Amino acid sequence: MAELDTSSKDGKGGKVRSKKASTRVDLTAMVDLAFLLITFFMLTTTLNKPQAMDLAMPDKDEKNKDDQLAVAASRTMTILLGSDNKLEWYIGEPGKSAPTVEGYGKNDIRKTLIENSQKIKQSFGKDMFVIIKPSDKSVYKNMVDILDEMHITNIQSYGIVDISQPEVDELKKQQIYQ
Amino acid sequence: MPRVKIKRKSTTTDMTAMCDVAFLLLTFFILTAKPKTPDPVPVDVPGSTVTVKLPEENVATVIVGSGKVFFDITGANVRKQTLEQMGQKYSTTFSDEEKTKYANMQGVGVPMNQMKQYLDLESDKRESFKQPGIPTDSVSNELFNWIREARIATKALNGAELRLSIKGNSKEEYPTIKKVIDILQKQKVNKFSLITSLRK
Repeated sequence: MAELDTSSKDGKGGKVRSKKASTRVDLTAMVDLAFLLITFFMLTTTLNKPQAMDLAMPDKDEKNKDDQLAVAASRTMTILLGSDNKLEWYIGEPGKSAPTVEGYGKNDIRKTLIENSQKIKQSFGKDMFVIIKPSDKSVYKNMVDILDEMHITNIQSYGIVDISQPEVDELKKQQIYQ
Repeated sequence: MPRVKIKRKSTTTDMTAMCDVAFLLLTFFILTAKPKTPDPVPVDVPGSTVTVKLPEENVATVIVGSGKVFFDITGANVRKQTLEQMGQKYSTTFSDEEKTKYANMQGVGVPMNQMKQYLDLESDKRESFKQPGIPTDSVSNELFNWIREARIATKALNGAELRLSIKGNSKEEYPTIKKVIDILQKQKVNKFSLITSLRK
């Protein structure tokens, strides 16, 4: 460290000696700055990398429409995405079981997904199939959220399908289509 | 008995080594940092728990925000080639200078009939130019052609399949996203990525 030389001689009658200047420099400030910049660059580079959520859509082949895989309705859960960050779900065919309106989040749809998938696994011995139908009033975030829930609850088979008119009417009935 | 004197140690440490390491790391981070590219529209990417990173090359991004659609491809050569092919399709010829300009841009959302004027603008004027977005309607489905030509160009130049990704705004209404997905599905791109950020 460079320090001030306080031991000044009075220089009375002494020989004037050229003093050897110390070559040490105070590096504290430099190190401070360097670490500040490192922190800045570290944080900005790691957070900027975009994450990619892979999504596979069902094949939309108009030529062979009969070539579709039929899944038993009893182990199918349909999720309709409505407005105001609300969704509606039912198991089986529409209208046969009472739909439930729920929100996104770990106490709402995630709990339901885990419960339903366990129930279906127990009674059928096969995995649950989830059909996601986003309505025109839902936002992009809703879709990403529900796909994320699929990822969290480890549901392998799901698909995004276009919504049909009776389902839109159902959403209107629950007042989540505004 | 003589008193034991505690020697006062100097508090100064040699910081040379520390400084060396700090600057080495700093140089590394500066060199690896990619400049953050501004989006043509403010896009608030929704969060998710997925931690898979998007690859660096052979990626095309469809940016969706405020009802507009923008298209971005990685790689300067692929960009040039795509623009040329698009020019052939819409009977516009681009000079080498215009192609280079396009190669250095990010996220362009200009219809083909305005593309030439847009590329000829001064760079400061170009920033204030309000991009109308790429038309996605069925009459002039330019986004479809952009994606198609970009895929062809990637296949020809890099020999790899182009990976499509969608970067959408959280508040974007689903019909706009659906339109983009439909365009992708029309050319049998059934697997693509949605760009998300870490969930807060």
